[in-house]
Amino acid sequence: MTSTPIKEVREDGRKTSIQHISTSRRIKDRVVQGLVYLAFALAVVPLVSVLWLVVSNGLERFDLEFLTHSMNGIGARDAHGGAYHAIIGTLEQVLLASLISVPIGLFTAIYLVEYGNNGRLSRAISFFVDVMTGVPSVVAGLFILAFWILFLGFEYSGWAGALALSILMMPTVVRSAEEMLRLVPNDLREASYALGVPKWRTILKVVLPTAFTGIVTGVMLAVARVAGETAPLLMTVFFTNSINNDPFNGPQMGLPLFVFDQAARPNDTAIDRAWTGALTLILIVMLLNLVARLIAWWRAPARGR
Amino acid sequence: MSKQIQVSGLDAYYGSHKAIEDVSMTIEPRSITAFIGPSGCGKSTFLRTLNRMHEVIPGARVEGKVLLDGEDLYAPTVEPVSVRRMIGMVFQRPNPFPTMSIYENVAAGLKLNGRLSKSETDGIVEDSLKGANLWNEVKDRLNKPGAGLSGGQQQRLCIARAIAVRPEVLLMDEPCSALDPISTLAIEDLMAKLKDQYTIVIVTHNMQQAARVSDRTAFFNLAEQGKPGKVIEMDETSRMFTNPSQKATEDYITGRFG
Repeated sequence: MTSTPIKEVREDGRKTSIQHISTSRRIKDRVVQGLVYLAFALAVVPLVSVLWLVVSNGLERFDLEFLTHSMNGIGARDAHGGAYHAIIGTLEQVLLASLISVPIGLFTAIYLVEYGNNGRLSRAISFFVDVMTGVPSVVAGLFILAFWILFLGFEYSGWAGALALSILMMPTVVRSAEEMLRLVPNDLREASYALGVPKWRTILKVVLPTAFTGIVTGVMLAVARVAGETAPLLMTVFFTNSINNDPFNGPQMGLPLFVFDQAARPNDTAIDRAWTGALTLILIVMLLNLVARLIAWWRAPARGR
Repeated sequence: MSKQIQVSGLDAYYGSHKAIEDVSMTIEPRSITAFIGPSGCGKSTFLRTLNRMHEVIPGARVEGKVLLDGEDLYAPTVEPVSVRRMIGMVFQRPNPFPTMSIYENVAAGLKLNGRLSKSETDGIVEDSLKGANLWNEVKDRLNKPGAGLSGGQQQRLCIARAIAVRPEVLLMDEPCSALDPISTLAIEDLMAKLKDQYTIVIVTHNMQQAARVSDRTAFFNLAEQGKPGKVIEMDETSRMFTNPSQKATEDYITGRFG
């Protein structure tokens, strides 16, 4: 009885009825639903398997020695040794790269959203940011190698690596910060202007705090992207087996380099170290993400702490 | 506090489009002036020219004179920020700052403009919230986010925020259009109370509201879509609603168009 449509005749003579979902639409719905789940599974399989591989292989050498020792004086076939020098290197290089690219990226985004008015300069900046997004990481490394090390004559250093990484970070920071600033409702800016607050103060006290959480997320994405870069580091940081705490003097190491180096060696002890290096890198990026989330959560008063 | 506004020969543009043309009027201190008229006739645009908020929109500009107690707000050397400090504004939709607590919202204009001691700020926040008839409802949760209040409370919070900087004039752009009748009544009572201290200008689509709260009413209209809006008539509210001199005003008020 539910299958018979209820019919009625309207004043203008046209028939209206409550329609029921046809079998073919039901089937289509099911098929598409199945396809979506399948696509999801296909996307998750590599993610989970990579994580599983790294964790299961990396746990073997994930110990205190690995985290506190360098590869200094470790023979080619020896077990032991660790990635302390590489962890220090990665942290310093990523921190320096962030110190360069976050302010520049943020100011660029503020210019684009608040002051650019879509004029010629802001369109040009937008265009070049898009171009920069597409620059392969090797090219960024080659540029710093050619400009900083070969042309200006500085030595290989963590700082040179940070320069290369900042080139890669900047467009990501600009784009994500720009998106977040555009999401801030104009009502809030106008409310602030109407209180007699100057524009720069409105940006500082109203716009930026409102967009803060999103900007932090964007910065973390950029950090995660560059923390795993190997190619630009190869050409700028060079590499070393010993601890170098000074990013401005002499070759450093980075975790991606460490993994690259160890994985290329023919013995199992080195391969194990490579897996553990990869695991450490993943953990560092995850930890940084967690810290950023905590900061964002702590700074967001909308929760009514 | 409370100053007179004299407008003469004011045109406002969005790019090349002229939104209002040749508006002249006098807005008396310590009174409520209401602007009525159909949508798109330039009431809000005109309101925004009074505290130089119009030019915030890219491409927007103003020609003509706005005198605040004889001082031209559009004189070339006038700092727009200082104008907005003297002429506060409440918007159509309540827009408390989402990252700030109730207290910080009210103190925003003070804090953002300079240093005040904690006790001074406390005093002004309390006075402003009392002035906006909101103190009793929020005094126990001043540190809770302003966005957690109801719509009507948020709008009164915005009024408190606007009067905390001690303006001479308060502009209200359809302050009740997003609110329920009870909240509307609360805001109307508040306006009647604020009238003693401030010059209040209100844009409203609700003619009963204009009739209820205002002392003088201006009727805006435009000849046709795309043409600039003009002031058709301005008079005592009681006369506007009983015996308007223009046919268009009468048609609008009696609901024959618009």
